[in-house]
Amino acid sequence: MTVSPEVPDIAALVEDDRVAGTLYTGPELFELEMDRIFHRTWVWVAHESEIAKAGDFKTAWVGRRPVIVSRDRRGGINVLLNRCRHRGASVCDVPKGNGNGFTCPYHAWSYALDGTLRGIPYPEGYENVTEKKDLPLQRLKVGTYAGMIFASFNDEIEPLEDFLGGARLWIDRFMKQGAGFPIKVQGEHKFRFQGNWKIQLENTTDWYHFPIVHRSWMSSVDAETASMLSIMTDESAVTHALGNGHSVSVSVAEHVDLDVDDGSEKLQDRFSHVIEELSKDLPPERVRRIVRSLHGAGFNLNLFPNVAMSMSFFRVLRPISVAETEIRHVALGLDGGPEIVNRERLRIHEHFQGPFGFGSPDDAEAWNRVQRGVTGGADMPILVNRGLGREKPNDLGQPTSHATDETGMREAYAMWKRMMTDVK
Amino acid sequence: MSSDVLSTTVGGVLSTAVVDAELPLDDPRALAALSLIWREARLLDAKRYEEWDTLWAEGGEYVVPIDPETTDFAGSLNLMYDNDRMRRMRIERLTGGLSISATAAARTVRSVSRFTVAARDESEDSIEICSAQVVVGYKRGETFVLAADLTHRIAFAGDGPRIVRKIVRLINSEDAVTASGFLL
Repeated sequence: MTVSPEVPDIAALVEDDRVAGTLYTGPELFELEMDRIFHRTWVWVAHESEIAKAGDFKTAWVGRRPVIVSRDRRGGINVLLNRCRHRGASVCDVPKGNGNGFTCPYHAWSYALDGTLRGIPYPEGYENVTEKKDLPLQRLKVGTYAGMIFASFNDEIEPLEDFLGGARLWIDRFMKQGAGFPIKVQGEHKFRFQGNWKIQLENTTDWYHFPIVHRSWMSSVDAETASMLSIMTDESAVTHALGNGHSVSVSVAEHVDLDVDDGSEKLQDRFSHVIEELSKDLPPERVRRIVRSLHGAGFNLNLFPNVAMSMSFFRVLRPISVAETEIRHVALGLDGGPEIVNRERLRIHEHFQGPFGFGSPDDAEAWNRVQRGVTGGADMPILVNRGLGREKPNDLGQPTSHATDETGMREAYAMWKRMMTDVK
Repeated sequence: MSSDVLSTTVGGVLSTAVVDAELPLDDPRALAALSLIWREARLLDAKRYEEWDTLWAEGGEYVVPIDPETTDFAGSLNLMYDNDRMRRMRIERLTGGLSISATAAARTVRSVSRFTVAARDESEDSIEICSAQVVVGYKRGETFVLAADLTHRIAFAGDGPRIVRKIVRLINSEDAVTASGFLL
């Protein structure tokens, strides 16, 4: 690949404790990010519960390329470029559904759920010119872990498990919020902000902003919930760099592993109606296990480059342009679990997330301000040095610091630098 | 079309299907309901939220659904699904000075029109009005438009008309909806 002359020395843009402001504003850097990061690594596209049955499909994005995620008749998961091989039209125009395949509306070339080209109308003109077997929808490489579906345009990519590496332990822990039930998607909020995608990427393991930006949400919840998130002064709230750009920050240490319960935690009064309802059918220890999981896991896990598993929801980012990003907050529930629990989780999600939540609009306002402000000082760096002096390796050798420190951002930018300068 | 047809219920919920009802100008309750909806629009644009709260009946339900078809709001993820408590906390959030997005909220001008009476319930003394709302917002050099179908159920028991349910169906509810710190 040829680097255009406008692109500065990329390696010089990211230092251990700071990054250049142009990382948010350079359109040429954005183009390179699409090529060298989003179209080369593993990108999250769906959760398996979204395509549970044969014929189920949903549309998604890998970088700026539209894809279809489908479940074929044999149960296989396919990620297909949403582009007809004939003249390039998109073959699927709905966000989700169930069907036998995809037919291009232009000339009715039809494709199976796995992308195989099944039919070309009036095939006479194609005799000795085109073989159907040569023209399936472009298939991406697919990897799944714990129900999370990732895809890549890079056939040479390392196995998904290797890429996730140190994050796998935390993905496994995150799924324990199902309290014995599998996790399922219960809907999603979608909004955009006028800012670069990396501003959101940084935010997931940034607990430093939480008590400041989310004061209005903190004042709207009961004292128990607010104190559960008393991060600033909690020494057990830590963050770890997990390698490959991934990081995790713990907000509620006693909820890191929801299977572990020393019995000391009092169940929150706000869930008394849930406890009462569940207690009609379930033994006390089962009720306790489920209710302790209602707020999700006690941490935010950030997977480079586009998905986070944040307490009780998935947080997915999609870069639109250098200064615009779409965010989806995917609400999770217990597949086959008690209805009252899933409804309570919907209400908790609505309270904080989405364009009319008590939390997301304030995040979006802060992110918009970053994009506006950063253009005012092109020569000034973005600081990611908080906690650098108190960062130490944990027993796994992972750089570890307080949850309000910028260890996760340093990890993400180290990966960014590695991928952006690796142009083999 | 007679009011008997219009007050058809689906699963106990007043139908949100499109109805070609005329506005019965001879019904003083319909005019009172319209007057309330117009007043509501003005209070929301002026961000006079405490005053807006007085338009609501106790137990009022305020919903901005995502699924354009759903009437099962409790079982779905919504953009907003407020009972009295949530609505009042929301007002506190919008007026309390702790929310940076509310402090920098967009200015809005909204039109509510295309009124039809969807249902008249004599026994409960309530009326259901469907309308179209177009909100033009302005924030930091950008002007944007949000359009929605509104359904107001307005009850007349007690001291005048009050909103018992308001459903705001944004035409882009399933797509990205951008937050701008105001109410619909």
